Amino acid sequence: MTDGADVVPLEYAPDDLVALLGPDWSTTLTNAFRWMTLARVLDGRMLALQRQGRIGFYGPATGQEAVSVGAALSVGPTDWVFPGLREQLVALARGHSLTTYLHHLFADDLDPARGRQMPCHPSAREVRYVSMSSVIGTQITQAVGLAYGLKVRHDPSVALAFFGDGATSANDFHAGANLAAVWQAPVVLCCTNNQWAISVPVDRQTASATLAGKSVAYGLPGERVDGTDVVAVTSRMRAAVARARAGEGPTLLEFVVFRMTPHSSSDDPTRYQAPDFLQRARQRDPYLRLELLLRRLDLADDAKLAAWREESDVAVRAAIEVAEHTPPPSPDSLETDVFAPSGGPAPS
Amino acid sequence: MTELTIVQAINRGLADAMRADPDVLVLGEDVGVNGGVFRATEGLFKEFGGDRVIDTPLSETGIVGAAIGMALYGLKPVAEIQFLDFIYPAFDQIVSELAKFRYRSGGQYPCHVVIRSPYGGGIKGGLYHSQSSEAYFAHTAGLKVVIPSTPADAKGLLATAIADPDPVLFLEPKRIYRAVSGEVPDGDQRVPFGEARIAREGADLTIFAYGAMIPPSVQAAETLAASGTNAEVVDLRTLVPLDEKAVLASVEKTGRAVIVHEAPRFCGFGAELAAILAEKAFFSLKAPIQRVTGYDTPFPYALENAYLPNAERIVHAAKAVVAAG
Ligand SMILES: Cc1ncc(C[n+]2csc(CCOP(=O)(O)OP(=O)(O)O)c2C)c(N)n1
Ligand SMILES: [Mg+2]
Repeated sequence: MTDGADVVPLEYAPDDLVALLGPDWSTTLTNAFRWMTLARVLDGRMLALQRQGRIGFYGPATGQEAVSVGAALSVGPTDWVFPGLREQLVALARGHSLTTYLHHLFADDLDPARGRQMPCHPSAREVRYVSMSSVIGTQITQAVGLAYGLKVRHDPSVALAFFGDGATSANDFHAGANLAAVWQAPVVLCCTNNQWAISVPVDRQTASATLAGKSVAYGLPGERVDGTDVVAVTSRMRAAVARARAGEGPTLLEFVVFRMTPHSSSDDPTRYQAPDFLQRARQRDPYLRLELLLRRLDLADDAKLAAWREESDVAVRAAIEVAEHTPPPSPDSLETDVFAPSGGPAPS
Repeated sequence: MTELTIVQAINRGLADAMRADPDVLVLGEDVGVNGGVFRATEGLFKEFGGDRVIDTPLSETGIVGAAIGMALYGLKPVAEIQFLDFIYPAFDQIVSELAKFRYRSGGQYPCHVVIRSPYGGGIKGGLYHSQSSEAYFAHTAGLKVVIPSTPADAKGLLATAIADPDPVLFLEPKRIYRAVSGEVPDGDQRVPFGEARIAREGADLTIFAYGAMIPPSVQAAETLAASGTNAEVVDLRTLVPLDEKAVLASVEKTGRAVIVHEAPRFCGFGAELAAILAEKAFFSLKAPIQRVTGYDTPFPYALENAYLPNAERIVHAAKAVVAAG
């Protein structure tokens, strides 16, 4: 489907994959690919719908999908996810309904949050995907607090906090990394370094050689991972989750990726990004890298790839159809959920 | 005179101030090569370079704290907070530090700092790209709070803000950044603080508003005129310092008041205005004051048009005030 000529291949042999992903490695990789296909299809369709005025906003994750899917494949159903703007695939791959997600993107009456948030800010309690705020970094300390609760209640679950390179400059990164280490909280701090915070490149964001290196001063392990290599993401994420679950404390993982699309539907990167950035990014496109690997291992061929594409196209089209024909939230929902419904238990 | 939009007027105002005074500099997120996410700083990086147009890391407390330090040294920083909704990480620096430096040092350490920030709803920005939180800041002694509604005022008030030796929070009505254009005087034409603008004269009722609520207020006044009520629209322009004289004079003339803001009603700036009228113009009032405001909820995405005051709601309130006496 792609010539893939310039794409940097993933060089794993089956033995490596058994060691890194376990005996189910082939299922893991094909599942990962199918979820990434869904994410690609969603990004393409939703950016187009935004341009047509059918949804109000969109924040694509193109180039970052391996991080989300690797995370989803590394946690269990009782673990918690505190997302940033580009982690909806974690929710979907953990079982959040695509149609419900589309209700959110269309901000309609069947959105669980009643259309209160901008698109790409879903809340999905059934998969322990925590409602996010647009305010960069705030989820980091919250994830640490939740993890503290897990620890003192001897709950064997863990929390993941996702945030970008830009967020490492925000107050809550400092406070969160510090608290996580002091409390030895079962949390994995997942920094998706996509090289940009809107127009600000990461070398203007920090003078530190790496973001993972910031862990040293806080006293927690930090590791830099190729976030465009789903095998590396999954194996390192699983290791960090296992550490947290075993009571060995937090980890900071820096996933190095490339933001392959604009910051959001409101952004025009041609104003600040040299064209060769995208050329370099395409060589490390996580989706194409995985496709090439699957082909080489005979887990995929043109027919299979086309079928998986079709499966996602059909699912997305059907979900759009449902959501677009759902009415907007009823005006009554404006004033509910500010506090608990009256008539509930009185505070004691 | 040049015809400009509000965001263009701000851009000109920044460029003029930077040309006139080498101590003026701009800092914030994406203000450099990108020219700001709303393009308010477009072209400044090219003209003045990276030492004076600083793309900061993503840290609002860093932006404001550093601006304070720059000012303590004698520079005149104009900090941009990308959306007013993202100012809270800097709230401590603003409320505890910026607003109090002059007072706590007996005047030894004033802070010549301007913070510019787009505020308000109407751009489908949901909870975190829509808030109108001027009341928190107006409540903080030591901060001036300025909100223009026209291109000429945007440029003239910005010039005054940048010249002011004290901290000024300059709130920009992003909903009308481009929707409102008008003639802007060329050169250094300042609009003084503490002088409200009569956006429309009238004798029967006063509508008090500011920023992005001026266009619907004027529209409401025009609708009311058709049914024989002649409404005055007072554009406050600066909440701190407030032009109390103009506020009282208008109500002494009309005897009726409607207060409009998009922020939630409870403890909004309208509460202060209503209290001033109750204290100082009570015997001029012919009817109870009405407020037309946002709801006492976070700012909703899908229902933003239901949340935001519009001409229809203002007309409705005005009619109720007129009917009451
Ligand atoms: C506290 C705060 N300041 C500013 C913004 C505006 N803003 C939204 S996204 C963004 C850049 C975020 O960069 P990064 O953390 O690297 O995440 P990415 O968008 O690259 O995934 C900025 C400045 C915000 N949302 N919150
Ligand atoms: Mg980034």
